[in-house]
Amino acid sequence: MLSRTADHLFWMARYTERAENTARMLDVNVQTALLPQSPKAAEQGWRGTLSISELQDAYDRTYPKITPRDVLDFMVRDVTHPSSIASCLRAARENARAVRGTLTTEVWETLNMTWLEMPNQLERVFEHDPGQFFEWVKHRSHLSRGVTFGTMLQDEALYFLRLGTFLERADNTARILDVKFHNAVGKASSEMLLRHENHHDFYYWAAILRSVSAFEIYRKVYRDAITPARVADLLMLRADMPRSLLACLSEVLRNLRAVGVDAGKDTLRFAGKLHAELKFAHIDDILEEGLHAYLTQFLERVYELGNRVSRDFLLPVAA
Amino acid sequence: MPHFFDEMYADGAVRDHYREFENWLNAQSAQTIARKRAEADLIFRRVGITFAVYGNEAGTERVIPFDIIPRMITAEEWASMEAGLVQRVRTLNMFIHDIYHEQNIVKAGIVPPEQIFRNAQYRPEMQGIAVASDIYAHIAGVDIVRAGQGEFYVLEDNLRVPSGVSYMLEDRKMMMRLFPELFARYRIAPVEHYPDMLLDNLRSVAPLGVSDPTVVVMTPGMYNSAYFEHAFLAQQMGVELVEGQDLFVNDNAVYMRTTRGPKRVDVIYRRIDDDYLDPLAFRADSTLGVPGLLSVYRAGRVTLANAIGTGVADDKSIYPFVPDMVRFYLGEEPILNNVPTWQCRKKDDLSYVLANLPQLVVKEVHGAGGYGMLVGPASSRAEIDAFRVRIVAKPDGYIAQPTLALSACPTFVDAGIAPRHIDLRPFVLSGKTISMVPGGLTRVALKAGSLVVNSSQGGGTKDTWILEN
Repeated sequence: MLSRTADHLFWMARYTERAENTARMLDVNVQTALLPQSPKAAEQGWRGTLSISELQDAYDRTYPKITPRDVLDFMVRDVTHPSSIASCLRAARENARAVRGTLTTEVWETLNMTWLEMPNQLERVFEHDPGQFFEWVKHRSHLSRGVTFGTMLQDEALYFLRLGTFLERADNTARILDVKFHNAVGKASSEMLLRHENHHDFYYWAAILRSVSAFEIYRKVYRDAITPARVADLLMLRADMPRSLLACLSEVLRNLRAVGVDAGKDTLRFAGKLHAELKFAHIDDILEEGLHAYLTQFLERVYELGNRVSRDFLLPVAA
Repeated sequence: MPHFFDEMYADGAVRDHYREFENWLNAQSAQTIARKRAEADLIFRRVGITFAVYGNEAGTERVIPFDIIPRMITAEEWASMEAGLVQRVRTLNMFIHDIYHEQNIVKAGIVPPEQIFRNAQYRPEMQGIAVASDIYAHIAGVDIVRAGQGEFYVLEDNLRVPSGVSYMLEDRKMMMRLFPELFARYRIAPVEHYPDMLLDNLRSVAPLGVSDPTVVVMTPGMYNSAYFEHAFLAQQMGVELVEGQDLFVNDNAVYMRTTRGPKRVDVIYRRIDDDYLDPLAFRADSTLGVPGLLSVYRAGRVTLANAIGTGVADDKSIYPFVPDMVRFYLGEEPILNNVPTWQCRKKDDLSYVLANLPQLVVKEVHGAGGYGMLVGPASSRAEIDAFRVRIVAKPDGYIAQPTLALSACPTFVDAGIAPRHIDLRPFVLSGKTISMVPGGLTRVALKAGSLVVNSSQGGGTKDTWILEN
């Protein structure tokens, strides 16, 4: 397969997944904003969302202060930066269009229809009911993933798509989990915050679980009260939880192996190591070491893994 | 506007081959038709059968209007047209081969040398170069119109990168989806095997000694107006769609960059103009091409379809010579008519043209896409005077033709059904043999009275039915 084609497929999947996860993350904030909290705490919530997506500076350049509506607008419909949901859906569709011949008709039409429906969704739905809009974004993402898996030949094209999906998801799950520490007053107190349970925290962690569709799963797996440690365990180390870091890395590894090219040997080793560390980790050790520190280094390594995939397969230096 | 030939009616009565269709149409309710037309538009959008509009905001995509009333051609009409197309395209390939080799036609005094060697489309780089099977125009799109009492004329030969074949195929798919019952009532020659024929044709012109050639389609990229077609053809043929950046030259061969390392390429169906192919040979500022491609090509180690330098044969200034070419190379009388053409470079022709501008169509010899032309009867006095100045300043840049009363076909418009002018572009493939699918792309000028069918100028398309006996 052409390297450029693989590149477009990889990014098509990443942008679709990113749109979905941004919707999930914003949905948490819309939900938690319903809890009684001080204006300062509310503002910190929104600021944390911007900061975790590395968008705080871009936001501050455009808007004078933090308001929920402005943050939502900025992260959903503002196409002047590449991270908004609208920009992601557009980029996914543009990447798909560049390789439409490689996709099945159903996959292409699904991405194209998402893009064609978006203006209407933004105008008619998002304006009045952001939650419903986020549901739509998630639904379109489910659909595009399903139609991809359900109709595409299981060859390289699919492997690169899946690589994109799971690398992006690993990144996003880590960020959603880390968001708490971005809106905490001081980083030093963040670990305290994790251990010290109170009323609000319950709702916060419940919202996190809901944002990754894991609330019912949590109940089923632990049959116990919601504690930050167990939430972290579920979202990081459970192999059977489809959005956990470990599950994502398993898929990354599987698809890298399937591509199976000499050029990617070192990358495969790099991914394998990351995977093994998660597989044999214990949540207590991670918390001991510090969750925020762990997630930070994890995000750096996922970023590095993405770069290696690009270098090995997608944008090879001229032969 | 003089009277025109109507494809469906003669003196108010429906023509035989349209009768069954008319019966069917009369039995459809207005709501059904409206619903089907809306469905067609929705499907074209969802499938993304769009073209980019130049001079508009970058990335603007538009759907080409599709009309549900088919354009029918009888088996007898097609048989003669097909024979004429084979003859004409064979001749044009022989002409291109000749001018890049012995130039016998110039020596025989049939085409004046300056018409060739001072033509910007003549490529001295091609002089003396051997190409596979001596074929240059592997894919030709010949524009045919019907005028007067129903005679067919060739309006233009497109031998560089003719487009539109994807619309021919999608229009057929759409008609079969919307109105399957019509295909039971009529025996319509199929066209769906075009991609297979194209692939066979491209493989047949691979460089000598390559037994299992790798074919690719080369596009300028997704913002090109015909990108949909490039992607469509690559997908239908099951070959890679490449951009210039995906290819590179090494050790006198062309390779593409793949996830599994370099892979040799043998045949490039390029949908990109000569000028942009190789920045080392042509436009140095081109980022669309492949540095070094020309040298591999000249060494006969890769096939370009179409060949470099075919533009010299489809130029409007060469067009008037085609009938004589047929006689010269084949010793046959041309089957297809040319439109009578005045060449403004000739003194007598120029004075005739200047004296009769309001009745004539004047075209720039290097123009394309319906840009830069004057349709005398449809132009104001001021427009005609302005064009006159341009002709006088550069007579050899223009040719003129009588304003043909192009045939018209009933078409859905805002006010109901009304006749609109049409043309036809069959796609002729040349390799070891010359072949084509029956039919072509019918384009329709949607504005009342307009003769300009180009999609860039608001034209639409129709499904084209060659009726089998």
